[in-house]
Amino acid sequence: MMLRRGLHTTELQTVSYVSGPLIFADRADGVHLGEVVEVVAPDGEIRRGQVLEVDRDRAVIEVYAGTRGLDLATTRVRLGGDAARLGVGRDVLGRMLDGSGTPIDGGPPVMPEAFWEVNGLPINPAARAYPREFIETGVSAIDGLNTLVRGQKLPIFSGFGLPAGELAAQIATEARVGDSSGEDFVVVFAAMGITHREAAFFRTTLEDSGQLHRTVLFMNLADDPTIERLLTPRLALTTAEYLAFQQDFHVLAILTDMTNYCEALREVATAREEVPGRRGYPGYMYTDLASLYERAGRLHGHAGSVTQLIIVSMPDDDITHPIPDLSGYITEGQIVLSRELHRQGISPPIDVLPSLSRLMNAGIGEDKTRRDHRQVADQLYALYAGGRDLRRLVTIIGEASLSESDRRYLAFAEAFEKRFVNQEGRRSIIETLDIAWQLLSSFPDEDLKRIDPGLIAAHRT
Amino acid sequence: MIVESSGTLTRLAGPVAEAAGLRDARLYNVVRVGRRRLIGEVIRLHVDRTVIQIYEDTSGLQVGSSVIDTGEPLTVELGPGLLGRVFDGVQRPLPALAADESGPFGRPFIRRGIELPSIDRDRSWDITFCVKEGDRVTSGDVLATTPETSALDHRILVPVGVSGRITSLGKATAQAEDPVVWIDGAPVPMTTRWPVRRRRPASLRLDPSAPLITGQRVVDTLFPLARGGSATIPGGFGTGKTVHEQTLAKWADADVIVYVACGERGNELAQVLEEFPNLEDPRTGAPLMERTILIANTSNMPVAAREASIYTGITIAEYYRDQGYDVALLADSTSRWGEALREVSSRLEEMPGEEGYPAYLPSRLSEFYERAGAVMSLGSEPRAGSVSVVGAVSPPGGDFSEPVTQYSLRLAGTFWSLDGDLARRRHFPAIHWTRSYSLYDLGAWFDESVADDWTEQRGWALEVLGQEEELQNIVQLLGIDVLAPNERVTFQTGRILREDFMQQSAFDEIDAFCPLGKQYWMLRVIHRFHEQLFGKVDESTDIDRATSLGVLADIARMRSWPPDEAEARGRDLIARIDQEVGSL
Repeated sequence: MMLRRGLHTTELQTVSYVSGPLIFADRADGVHLGEVVEVVAPDGEIRRGQVLEVDRDRAVIEVYAGTRGLDLATTRVRLGGDAARLGVGRDVLGRMLDGSGTPIDGGPPVMPEAFWEVNGLPINPAARAYPREFIETGVSAIDGLNTLVRGQKLPIFSGFGLPAGELAAQIATEARVGDSSGEDFVVVFAAMGITHREAAFFRTTLEDSGQLHRTVLFMNLADDPTIERLLTPRLALTTAEYLAFQQDFHVLAILTDMTNYCEALREVATAREEVPGRRGYPGYMYTDLASLYERAGRLHGHAGSVTQLIIVSMPDDDITHPIPDLSGYITEGQIVLSRELHRQGISPPIDVLPSLSRLMNAGIGEDKTRRDHRQVADQLYALYAGGRDLRRLVTIIGEASLSESDRRYLAFAEAFEKRFVNQEGRRSIIETLDIAWQLLSSFPDEDLKRIDPGLIAAHRT
Repeated sequence: MIVESSGTLTRLAGPVAEAAGLRDARLYNVVRVGRRRLIGEVIRLHVDRTVIQIYEDTSGLQVGSSVIDTGEPLTVELGPGLLGRVFDGVQRPLPALAADESGPFGRPFIRRGIELPSIDRDRSWDITFCVKEGDRVTSGDVLATTPETSALDHRILVPVGVSGRITSLGKATAQAEDPVVWIDGAPVPMTTRWPVRRRRPASLRLDPSAPLITGQRVVDTLFPLARGGSATIPGGFGTGKTVHEQTLAKWADADVIVYVACGERGNELAQVLEEFPNLEDPRTGAPLMERTILIANTSNMPVAAREASIYTGITIAEYYRDQGYDVALLADSTSRWGEALREVSSRLEEMPGEEGYPAYLPSRLSEFYERAGAVMSLGSEPRAGSVSVVGAVSPPGGDFSEPVTQYSLRLAGTFWSLDGDLARRRHFPAIHWTRSYSLYDLGAWFDESVADDWTEQRGWALEVLGQEEELQNIVQLLGIDVLAPNERVTFQTGRILREDFMQQSAFDEIDAFCPLGKQYWMLRVIHRFHEQLFGKVDESTDIDRATSLGVLADIARMRSWPPDEAEARGRDLIARIDQEVGSL
């Protein structure tokens, strides 16, 4: 077991309440807040749990594997006084583990080099190095308009049935940084409540690309214990931090699907009878999500980095739902998938207008991508936004009454989706920008307000 | 005489704990909890138990852990050596925490229970005395000055509540804890303390009458903030709150900037820390970092300290105000602070008010915003100083009807309404022109200091923008053909105002800061274009031909004018407009 077994010195047989994910243990003197406990079920099965609250009379414990089959009389709680710790080591690369860190690939136990607290410690903001290394994902809508950099945390806001997983897998297998060989690049994958089909897809994609030996998979699937989902991303991020800051790897951590994680959080909050916030999610969900998302970045004096790609399924495609909303406030931008583009066969169906990368500016430009990158991106946005507005207008008044200039915008929006956003295979950033210039060529110079005349002259073909 | 009394923990839930045995504790006293002496604060008293909030991660604490009452409220250290520094929510210096080599995780992670002085004890300051032995002094009088940075003289004041005769002077070079002078025989140290939850007194509150110049056209020209005023800037994620706050931190013409990063991203702070030391303060030429104090409690740092960070920031701001400086406090974001209140409140099982926020949210918010102001300081020769406050708000779902936005609107004099739609089309700053407002009456100042028709030009711009929005609604339903020629002129000018005046790139070297003179000439050029084209309406000229005029491209590039050439270029462009439009 990767999660460390502590020295459990005290044992209580005082369980006074069992319901949903929680049990109460009475006469819990000396219990530490946040400590990890072992709950011994009547049949002898050992389940992990964590202390959420203590007072003089009792401790409130959440049981990761659920409380089914527990009783009051014979269930025992073993205390050790230590926070949850994960065995970390290089050895973990290439392994597949369950949501609480136990190998499920039939291989031998993982040899830990150290045990790290799974909750981590907040990174001192003064120790952070600002992320500025361009990651070429090969996806035009990302590289050209919403550039990802090393150390960034970027969610993919998706809807049920949209190909967020495919996009994440594509980035995991095709992303490149500069002319590096990629040997220092690893993927840590945390599945929270996703289906066997989705999980198998990720695994196969990574296997087919020959990357499985550089990947760690933490799998909590849809039929695995719900509350364990609160643990899974913390194990994955602890592993990611170890590989990045102790072993100098560039780690891409993929967390999917945060919607399932948040539902587990809500389940525990409800069981504790907490005052609910929006849509029943707890008021501290922002803080809780931040404790995961902020575990991305670069540090002064360390070669490695943790970059997060987070998949968030928006219930009913609603971007104002608390899960995408709070995520968007913490992450450094978002990639938004569109059902409409997906329906039209645009792949990947990225809607660039609501998408954003906050760290783009530092990662692009003369020595990183190309000098015209910023201005071309701004120009594409402005023209595409104009074209989209006109589409609405056309549905009302018809295309006949449009001016020549308006028609140019409309045609551009169409071409932008079909030729720029839509793509087969990987594109380099130079290819991406060149396609952009081809699309811009339909406009006269004075419509390209966002680009310096000198750059226009240099790139007009 | 401070008596430390001690008790033990009886209950623990997240950042909130209860203790027994602290019989003498006063509300808001600081306590130290457990073996690691974590910092906490008393927030509620019962006969048999004391409720405390803990400013550090509480995991690992247990029932029975010790709690020691320090007998003092939460205070900040005030003295030379604050400028250019980065602190957490309870004023611990973050770079010093990172420099500490001990501990299992190494330096970059914040460990608990670390005590470090806020102000560097070893640094020496050259003192220039402003008093001599035998002088009578009273609270607020300047005792001495020391050059804290190349641009700012730190004034060491007689502490509040102290007055008397100077009995002797201290050394000419002093460190933080050294006495500067002795008053009636009692030493007055260079570094003093002040409780964060109490406002610092002043002798007189002034009416704000001058603007805080920000170099942002949509702010200065359309919705200015007064020196000593307060502004609120709500916006959903991605609408540019943080970029706007950082832009103000860079360009606002204040002497001191206090930037409170409250529950926000760590990387944003890293950016400020890397960028500000290399940027020049446009007024003094000194590195921007030298006038900046950062209070950082990022979203993953303990939630209770997030609540304290706002007070820590504003107390430091008031301290520089009392020295006679103009201070701007930028808080990003007050919503995270409100959420910290909510989290603690819910752990206390208080009856929730709106959306789970405690019922005292509005009173706490008003306590904060009302600490903004232009004042005359205490002392026998009062100095004018000000604290201007800009609070960002992060409304859930971008919906402004939520409590923090609504209460902030009630308190702030300037409202910059960030609009998601503008942000999506990359119109930045995404400040919406018909929903934003400024309640400060600063027209007289602008007319006197910039151009005597400033108010008139501004009024014209707001009017055209309002009309254009109505026309937009019509055009979106019926197409542009239904507009009359005069409406087409307004439609076109409105668009020019939006795209070529209101949009401003924070990342462009020249455009990032636009001085008032350049703002004025840009606006005047657009106004002239409008007037000239309007003059053509009756002459049966085809107004649409104006969309292909060569001057339009020049108008679009006004933003890249060098500021000192704005007037000459403006006059030149006006002449060409007269000619080109005239020959239509």
